[in-house]
Amino acid sequence: MSGLSINNISMRFDLPNGGSVQALKDVSLDLKEGELMSVLGPSGCGKTTLLNILAGFLAPTEGAIELNGHKVTGPDAERGMVFQQGALFEWMSVRDNVSFGPRMAGKREAEWGSNVDHLLDVVGLQDFKEKAVYELSGGMQQRVALARCLANDPDVILMDEPLGALDALTREKMQGLVLKLWKETGKTIILITHSVEEALLLGERLLVMAPRPGRIHTEYRLPFAEMGVGADLREVKKHPDFNIKREEILGMIWDMEEEIMGRTEAAS
Amino acid sequence: MIVFAIYVAIFVASFFIVKFVARKTITDYTSLKTVTFGDESAVTPSRIASVISILTIFLLWGAFTGSKIVPGFLHAPGPFLGDAQFTYTAEADGQQADDATVTVRVFEVGTDVEVPEIEPGDGWAKNDSDTVGAWRSGLIRVDRNDEFGRDAGHKIVAINGQPIEPGASVQTEFGRVGMSPKGTLNFEPNKGWQMEPIWLPPPEAVVDRLGEIASEGYRDSTLWEHLGYSLFRVVVGFLIGAAVGIPLGYAMGLSNWFRGWFDPIVEFMRPVPPLALIPLVIIWAGIGETGKIILLFLAALWIMAIAARSGVSGVKISKVHAAYSLGASKWQIMRHVIIPNSLPDIFTGARVAMGVCWGTVVAAELVAAEKGAGMMIMVASKFQLTDIVIMGIILIGVIGFGIDMLMRAAERALVPWKGKG
Repeated sequence: MSGLSINNISMRFDLPNGGSVQALKDVSLDLKEGELMSVLGPSGCGKTTLLNILAGFLAPTEGAIELNGHKVTGPDAERGMVFQQGALFEWMSVRDNVSFGPRMAGKREAEWGSNVDHLLDVVGLQDFKEKAVYELSGGMQQRVALARCLANDPDVILMDEPLGALDALTREKMQGLVLKLWKETGKTIILITHSVEEALLLGERLLVMAPRPGRIHTEYRLPFAEMGVGADLREVKKHPDFNIKREEILGMIWDMEEEIMGRTEAAS
Repeated sequence: MIVFAIYVAIFVASFFIVKFVARKTITDYTSLKTVTFGDESAVTPSRIASVISILTIFLLWGAFTGSKIVPGFLHAPGPFLGDAQFTYTAEADGQQADDATVTVRVFEVGTDVEVPEIEPGDGWAKNDSDTVGAWRSGLIRVDRNDEFGRDAGHKIVAINGQPIEPGASVQTEFGRVGMSPKGTLNFEPNKGWQMEPIWLPPPEAVVDRLGEIASEGYRDSTLWEHLGYSLFRVVVGFLIGAAVGIPLGYAMGLSNWFRGWFDPIVEFMRPVPPLALIPLVIIWAGIGETGKIILLFLAALWIMAIAARSGVSGVKISKVHAAYSLGASKWQIMRHVIIPNSLPDIFTGARVAMGVCWGTVVAAELVAAEKGAGMMIMVASKFQLTDIVIMGIILIGVIGFGIDMLMRAAERALVPWKGKG
């Protein structure tokens, strides 16, 4: 079976004070190859935990994840990861960062050189390839991180708030780039974000998660990602449906936050 | 005290003079800031102040040691040199009081001197002559050549007409004349304000001594051997300490067992000053090279282990995760992520360790050594060769500074990504 399937994942861990936290409860999900899914939810809803389990950095207490028919047990090159920031290797040049995966796999430059240069072109960093990564701006660094992930040709790309640390303008440009890369490469992408707008734009499917215990609240299927490919994202954002969905989801998350506040106050 | 007052006076005076003379002519960004008090970035060291500061030190040093590099009119008053004279009035049993003159030739210590020739004079108390070194004092037995000595009740009652008694003293224009409890005169010529060379030699004496020791050596070894031995011990001790400490620190950063096993040892040994280990190392390994190198090894070991451990602990987990997700193996992550990530910390540790080793080697050589910079100044101090001591201190400082500069340059060249993660 091709694709990613998440089967009844639960995550529960003990605290030093004797209590325990139910970070995820009974999360199930199937992703087909080439799907773009965004995950949204208030803080504490377990979305980063879910991503870490998908990446293989954490083992779930119950349930299992299967990718292309085999069980996920640890990190692997088949699941690439893009972090919010700071995950580049600043002791390497831009090109060495991007070619890190193929080089670690023991491939010779003849095998990866043209692909890496092509990716540097796609993300617009061909002129900066010999620079040290710390000389680049935040947006350029995230483009290096995207290219580095793609150069390794993973089956699934996991993004943990990849644009969260960027300024509004850069962020919008990067959203366009993510859509372009998704369409060109046909990768399965799961993207976590705090921004409702970003989740609407960068998700064929949008998963809203709820906290305590972390679970899937609602799932949407949206047309905006498809509309945004090759188009002006600001036009997409002006679409009436976009605004309706945004208000709906904002209200949903607002209610969850209120509920948490109320519960915390009642407990104290 | 007077030196400190002059120093403060120069500090304040040059501040106002420079402020008055050097009106701001440049208009760079900092000079346009209106809030500078409290803005650390607006404070840059004034180069003029640095130059005046160094000149002041040499000026004061030269002025108070009668140095040739400082023009004579700036010299602090020196000690009295030349022939001093005073008269004494003596009494003896059944004799009238009689006066006689004492001529004392005050000479520079270390030069040849002759006792001045004088006329004996009239009366029963005869004129006397003697010599005293500058900054010293001397007993003068004026009764010896008098016609009535102590057995005849010889007693001095006045100096230059001022009465004197045992235990008291009279100030003359050439110096202080005191009287011992037994009635012997003690002449102490004026010392002036300058320092005696055995306390503080003038700068040129230090430079001369540097030239002399550089060409002839000291204590059977040349200057370069002394300094070379000290440096050799530091480098070898540090390298062995780093070779053991860095892998140890990595192991402590990567394994629970190593961390648990070595934490108590490292945490205990870290606050023990290496100087406190000197006696034990001498008992175990003697005062030869082995002992010194063991000591420096121990001084560098803990610093390097802690630096490497914090270098490993400081690696952002997202970098390690990213490397795993890109398919790197454990060894590849060690080689390509953890080690490069820890290099800035290791360089910082190495700079600290080299500084500590340099201080420790000098201290160890002060205690016991056959060669070395510390041994050189220790032996010189026992013979009051203050010029060698000062020269040694300056050389030790220059080398310590040089080591730090080299380490910084190496750091800039090898880990340009430091602090940019």
